[in-house]
Amino acid sequence: MTWLNAVVQGVLLGGVYALFACGLSLMFGVMRIINLAHGDIAVVGSYLVWEVTTRTGMSPFLALVLVLPVMLALGYILQRTLLDRSLRGGPLVPLLTTFGLAIVIQNVLLQVFSPDVHSLGPQAGPISTASWRINAQLSIPVLGVVALLVAVAVLGGLQVMLHRTGLGREMRATAQDPDTAALVGIDARAVYARATAIAVATATVAGTFLAIRSTFEPSSGSTQLIFAFEAVVIGGLGSLWGTFFGGIVLGVAQAIGSHIDPQYAILAGHLVFLAVLLSPRGRAIAGAVTR
Amino acid sequence: MTGVDQAGGAALQIRRWTAASRISTVVVTVGIAALAVVPFTLNDNAVQQLTSLLIFVILGGMWNALAGYGGMVSVGQQGFIGLGAYGTILLTQHGVPPYLAMLMAAIGAGILALPISVLVLRLRGGQFAIGTWVVAAALGLLVALDGNLGGGTGISLTTLNVYDETNRGAYTYWVTLGFTVLVLVSSLLLLRSRHGAALQAIRDDEEAASAAGVRVLPQKLALFVLAAFGCGAAGAMILANTLFIQPQSIFGIQWTAYMIFMVLVGGLGTFEGPIVGALIFFGIQYEFADSGAWYLIGLGATAVFFALVLPRGLWSLVEERLAVQLLPVGYRLVRKTVVQPGAAPQDRQVRDG
Repeated sequence: MTWLNAVVQGVLLGGVYALFACGLSLMFGVMRIINLAHGDIAVVGSYLVWEVTTRTGMSPFLALVLVLPVMLALGYILQRTLLDRSLRGGPLVPLLTTFGLAIVIQNVLLQVFSPDVHSLGPQAGPISTASWRINAQLSIPVLGVVALLVAVAVLGGLQVMLHRTGLGREMRATAQDPDTAALVGIDARAVYARATAIAVATATVAGTFLAIRSTFEPSSGSTQLIFAFEAVVIGGLGSLWGTFFGGIVLGVAQAIGSHIDPQYAILAGHLVFLAVLLSPRGRAIAGAVTR
Repeated sequence: MTGVDQAGGAALQIRRWTAASRISTVVVTVGIAALAVVPFTLNDNAVQQLTSLLIFVILGGMWNALAGYGGMVSVGQQGFIGLGAYGTILLTQHGVPPYLAMLMAAIGAGILALPISVLVLRLRGGQFAIGTWVVAAALGLLVALDGNLGGGTGISLTTLNVYDETNRGAYTYWVTLGFTVLVLVSSLLLLRSRHGAALQAIRDDEEAASAAGVRVLPQKLALFVLAAFGCGAAGAMILANTLFIQPQSIFGIQWTAYMIFMVLVGGLGTFEGPIVGALIFFGIQYEFADSGAWYLIGLGATAVFFALVLPRGLWSLVEERLAVQLLPVGYRLVRKTVVQPGAAPQDRQVRDG
């Protein structure tokens, strides 16, 4: 029964990872770049929400609603300034640029907010600790369920956006062939900027849930980027629901590892990821990108 | 290495050596000899500082070999740095003399690159970057689990204490110098061979290279193993230079930040660039390392600036302005124009890729 509990906790944890991963997946899908600052941007979101919450005393969920437009704008500006330029420099430059950006963000956070570890759990009120007790061994935390539902809503929303709206059509067209898309009047740079804005906003949602369910500090971003990337690869690239599935698998692996011994938690996730890379499925993923 | 082609009155010649590269090769050889006698002339602290400069040269050179010549942006070379350092600890615990242990640990890091390459070499671009990062993180976690290696709290290299401080510093310096020359000469020879041309073709366009008959994976593997050996050697020498390591710091992502900084500022894809970058980084670290977060903000921002504005770094400016190439890595096409009456013979150089 305790194993079942570990699996349940893992699934709920996976919801947060899926939230982290979907923005990474979207940017990779549309622009073929991996944003190495994705995790740190999410942590910027956590800090902004924390700042608003501590200054006004409002609930982190309400603060998130206020912070989201700011982060959307920041994402848009980020694309228009740094990333657009880096995209023109060939395949290596976006990686180097976003890695440099990650170092800058981490250390600016360190300078501004000190290395102290924070959590939004207390400010979120009883929801952060509430749970449904099924029996002595199994209890389901309310917050985890909320995070999972939000993840489903965000990924579902992205899916609908990509397949049902004009913007989504433009994104898919640009992803396939930016030059041909330009011929029919689609401005690739505008599409990229909106994709990055959306990705940054989803990262902010993820960062907020991370901050409520556990803790965050200036250097938290790297770990979250690795988890997000693992979720994307485990789920198979290019599919949002695959990413969701990948997040769940990663969460379950970590929860089971942690159940054996807390220090195995992250390692177990890495090992599952590396096993997927070795599997025929991983070969297919590498092949898909080679195309 | 000389092919002659008659074309419209102009003789085209393919050349590897230039006057500048002949001179600089002599200068480099003399320079290495001068570096070798440094411990006889400078004090302990200066020798230790120079050792860390040489470590930076190794790291910059290896990262540049991967990214600048192979198109592989690794964010996980700290995994090999950690393997070199902890391999040294492990071997000395089993009675291997410390300096021999450092060499064996570096070779061990190179050998371990083979199974690791199975995991990551098929990945490309950002996937390769994060794939190597995950491997490095997993290695760091595994080492931290091992109580015999000091666990998460770190461990000292006590076996070096048999030497007094001056001798220890000098031996460590000489071994580091030996590693530096070894890895730089190996990468020079590798890039001069047909592998170099194949690798740069892969970097520029993997499909096109593959279509032209380049076997992509073995070429990348050669660089990956060399870089693992070099980073392993650097890790072992970091341990010898500081005598104490912790998994979080030796497997830390900051090494990658340093490497990217050195290579981008010096010159990505130029052989001399990372050496220039290492000198600059050494100076910056010496001046500003105590400034904490601001120092790293500056490093990151400079790396972003160079990536966007000057991706081939400061060395490319030197190369373009002066049209010199100090070390003969590539080939150049020299058009010998027919001598006109009253005009000096001109050598027009065509830049190689």
